[in-house]
Order: sequence, then C-alpha cells, then structure tokens
Amino acid sequence: MNVNSAAQGDRAVMPFAPSLDFVERQRHNQRASAALVLGFILFFLIVGLTVDFVYTGAFRAGGPPVPVATIISLAFATVMTITAYGSGGKLILASVGAEAPDIKNPQHRELHNIVTEMALASGCPMPKVYIVYDPAANAFATGRDEKSAAICVTTGLLVLLDREETQGVVAHEMARIRNNDTLLSMLVSILLGGIALLADWAQRSFLGSRIERKSGGVSAFVLIPALLLIAVAPLISRLLAMAVSRQREFLADATAVEFTRNPLGLAKALEKIRDAGMPFQKATRGIAHLFIISPFRRRLDQREGRLADLLSTHPPIDRRIALLYRMAGVTPVSASATQGTAFHGILKGEFGVLRQAQDERNANSND
Amino acid sequence: MGLVFLGAFLLTFAWIVLTYNSLTALSHQLQNAWKQIDVQLKRRYDLIPNLVETVKGVMKYEQETLAKVIEARSRAMASSGVKESAEAQNALSQSLGKIFVLMENYPELKANQNVLQLQEELTTTENQLAFARQYYNDVATRFNLKQEIFPANMIAAFFRFQRSELFSASESEKAVPRVNLGAAA
Repeated sequence: MNVNSAAQGDRAVMPFAPSLDFVERQRHNQRASAALVLGFILFFLIVGLTVDFVYTGAFRAGGPPVPVATIISLAFATVMTITAYGSGGKLILASVGAEAPDIKNPQHRELHNIVTEMALASGCPMPKVYIVYDPAANAFATGRDEKSAAICVTTGLLVLLDREETQGVVAHEMARIRNNDTLLSMLVSILLGGIALLADWAQRSFLGSRIERKSGGVSAFVLIPALLLIAVAPLISRLLAMAVSRQREFLADATAVEFTRNPLGLAKALEKIRDAGMPFQKATRGIAHLFIISPFRRRLDQREGRLADLLSTHPPIDRRIALLYRMAGVTPVSASATQGTAFHGILKGEFGVLRQAQDERNANSND
Repeated sequence: MGLVFLGAFLLTFAWIVLTYNSLTALSHQLQNAWKQIDVQLKRRYDLIPNLVETVKGVMKYEQETLAKVIEARSRAMASSGVKESAEAQNALSQSLGKIFVLMENYPELKANQNVLQLQEELTTTENQLAFARQYYNDVATRFNLKQEIFPANMIAAFFRFQRSELFSASESEKAVPRVNLGAAA
C-alpha cells in the first residue's frame, strides 16, 4: 500500500515484471563513458602532435628531444578527465547554485523522505539531496556512480507538485542514477562542454578583426590548437546531441514506473511542469540534457523527426506523457485533449469516476 | 587432445564458480532487503503512539478507532511466525489508513504542525515499508528465477539453494477501507 494522500483507495495491480537487464544498461553506459574519455584524450593528443609536428619540430632531427606540446596537451586532457570523473558532480551542482536542504522546512523534509523511499525501491544507497531556490520547476541527478550520486530539485517543483508527482520525478532521477546514465551525462557535460567552451574562446580570440602576429612565435604555439578547435566545434555540438540520445529519457521514465509501480504520478508531474512552462535560467547548453524536462522550453523539443533528434536533448513531452498514460491503461478523452490543463481536469474527473465506481463495488460486496 | 579437454574443464569450472557466486550475491541481497523491512516495521511501532496521543484531544468522536490502532500495534509487536505477523502487520496498516482518512474531517488538525509532521513521518514509513517489500519481492523473483533456469538450476540444486517466498497483499489489504462515521461512538 503506497500512501500519498490520506484518502487512498486501492490501486490497480499492474503486471510489471522486475527488469532483469538493468545490468546490461549499466554496462552499455559504462562502455559509452569509456569511449567518450578515450575520444577526448585522443583529440587532445592529435592537437598536441600537430603543434609538435608543425611548429616545434620535436620529431625532426634538429628539434627539441621532448615533444613538449604533446605532453602539455596530454597532461591537460588527463587532468580534465580526472577532474570530471572525481568532482564532476560537485562542479555541476555548484554551477546551478545547489544548496543543502533546510531540515526545518517541512517541504524539504518531505523531499528527503521521498528520496529515501525511492532509494529503497531501487536498491541503491541513499543519494545526497540538494535544493535550488528557483521558481522554475525542474530536477536533475548527477554523480559518477550510485555511491556518490546526488539529486537536485528546484523549490519551484516542490511548490508545483504534490507528493505522488514528486515521487514520480524522484523515481525518474533515481532510475538514471541506477542505470549509470548520470556518469555518461556528467562526462559529456564537462568534457564536451569544456571543448565547446575552448572552441568558443578560440573563435572569439582568433577570428576577430585583430589578428596580431607577435614576435617570438608564441602566437603560433596557441594558434594551431585554436584553429583545430574552431574546425571541430560544429562537430562537438552534433556529438553532444548524439551522445545523449533522446531514448534515454523514455528508458528512465519506464524504469521510474518500475520503481513506483504508478505511471500516473510521473505523467501528472510532467503535465504540470509542461504547463507551467517556465525556463530554468541557470542552465547552460552543456548541462541541459541532465534535467527531467528541457530547461530551455524551445518549440524544437516538442517536435519529432531527424532534425529534432540531432539537435534536441529531450523527446517531446507529450509523447512521454502519452506513453505513461498508456502504461496505466487509461486512454485520454481525445487527441487534442493532451494539450493544456483542460485535459488534466477531464482526466482527474474520469479517474475519480473510475475510483468511485470501484469503491461502490467494494462497498456492495462487503454488505 | 589433452589440451582441448583441459580447456573445456577450465571453462566449465569457471562457469560453475560464476553461477555459484551470483546466486550467493543474490542471497545476500535478499537478506539485506529483509532487514530493511524490519527497520521500517520498528519505526512504525515507535511513531504510532505519538500520533495517537497528539490527535486524541481533537478527534473526540474517533476514540474507538484510535483504540483499535493501539490494539493492532500491540498485536503486531507480539506476533510471531511469518504468516501471523504478516497478517498483523496488514491489519495495522489498515487501521492506520482509517485514521488518516478520518483526519481529513478535522481541519484544525491540518493547522497543527506537530500533527502534519507526524502524518508525514507515518506516510513515509508506510511507503518505505511498501517499497522495501517491493524490492524484496524483486530480488526474490530474480533469485528464484536464477535457480530455475537451465543450466544454472543444476548448480542451485547441487549447492542446496532455497527458493524464497514473496510477499503478497492479503485480500483484506486490497479492499478499500470503508469508513462508517455513523457507527463511531
């Protein structure tokens, strides 16, 4: 009996089989993460080697004995990877201004309880809970594995959703933690995001109207990697979108339902967040894919098709909601009714009627 | 020729070891899940008297229901044996559910911070109990399945692994708690 409100009737028993293949999903994400790190180090290796070949002449007869640029480049890449793996979560949390919850606040305590419940349901250790004081409703999870995971929720979400819906959202985040999705997302954020930042810097510094040629060749030492970064920059955006395929979100939704055995909680939560429509200002392009609903609220996110697949970080919300309702065996009243709060009202009424009918049946059988 | 046999033997040995280890790991996971349930049950025992004391003054017409809750709690604490304690626990959950429903009729309770806090604590305890049981069932299903599929079932039988029982909702728990306000004294 899962209690989320005082007047709780019985819930239809859903025939969910416990997923036996989450190990496969974990391994898939771990392999993808390893491939990403390898690609990242390789990229910087190539940059270093290029500088050495073209400029310092380290591999030619008269040049310096040690390939300086390559070593610097590799060292930089290694430090970035270790930082991303070791403190990636903390960096992301700091960038949005996450704080520890206030134990005197009953809403924060309720959130902490809900996270405990989901940790039990998923069999994971309890993650750290963080709050962001922001009116935009959203949530994300980060961390390299189950033991160092963190879930972050905005105050806007706590105000907007009731207990059942918050439970659905937390279950979604817990699902991403258990599937090791947070490791891949975190590495993508910091590594690819870092390259994107460097590429932006390179573009601004060297493609501007002033290209000073300083004497002593310092500029060339920096110019070559800068040019490489600029050349690679558009590819990085594509890689970012590909590495965080939209399928992840559907999988996380399904796993969340496996934890709560209640698709409607998450469905109602997604509806409410969609209808609230407020973008989360502190999110950057680098971390947008971590959130449960895209923090930018672009119309592109609502569309399907190959272009949207390439450029958008999240699948269309309406599709996710419709799939969840289908899981619950409740069909929406009409196709157009999936938009807006009118649907919410209709469905609430319909579900209320279903429950009332069941109550009456039980009452009649008891008499 | 000898090498082929040696290779086959080593592979089989490795497979036996892996299967046995995964069965053992699942068995330990199961025991851990069982302990989680115990922890939640104890929490519930401690919280219920607090709640009853706090709401007794306000819920003047529900003294009978409150007394039933205390009674169900004592019975649950005293019960032994798997079947008996499962039934007692379910009865306790049901009477708690009734109290929660009744509390909706007393708006002054909603303004009381202590009551709200206790209600949240009990709600989360009930949920944690439900999810701990759910997780236990999930692990037990995986454990049982692993013991039954071929060829791992040979290993399981050889090392005498036991099937584990799942929690199931009793018929009484599935019914909606029917609150009859007219009968309360």
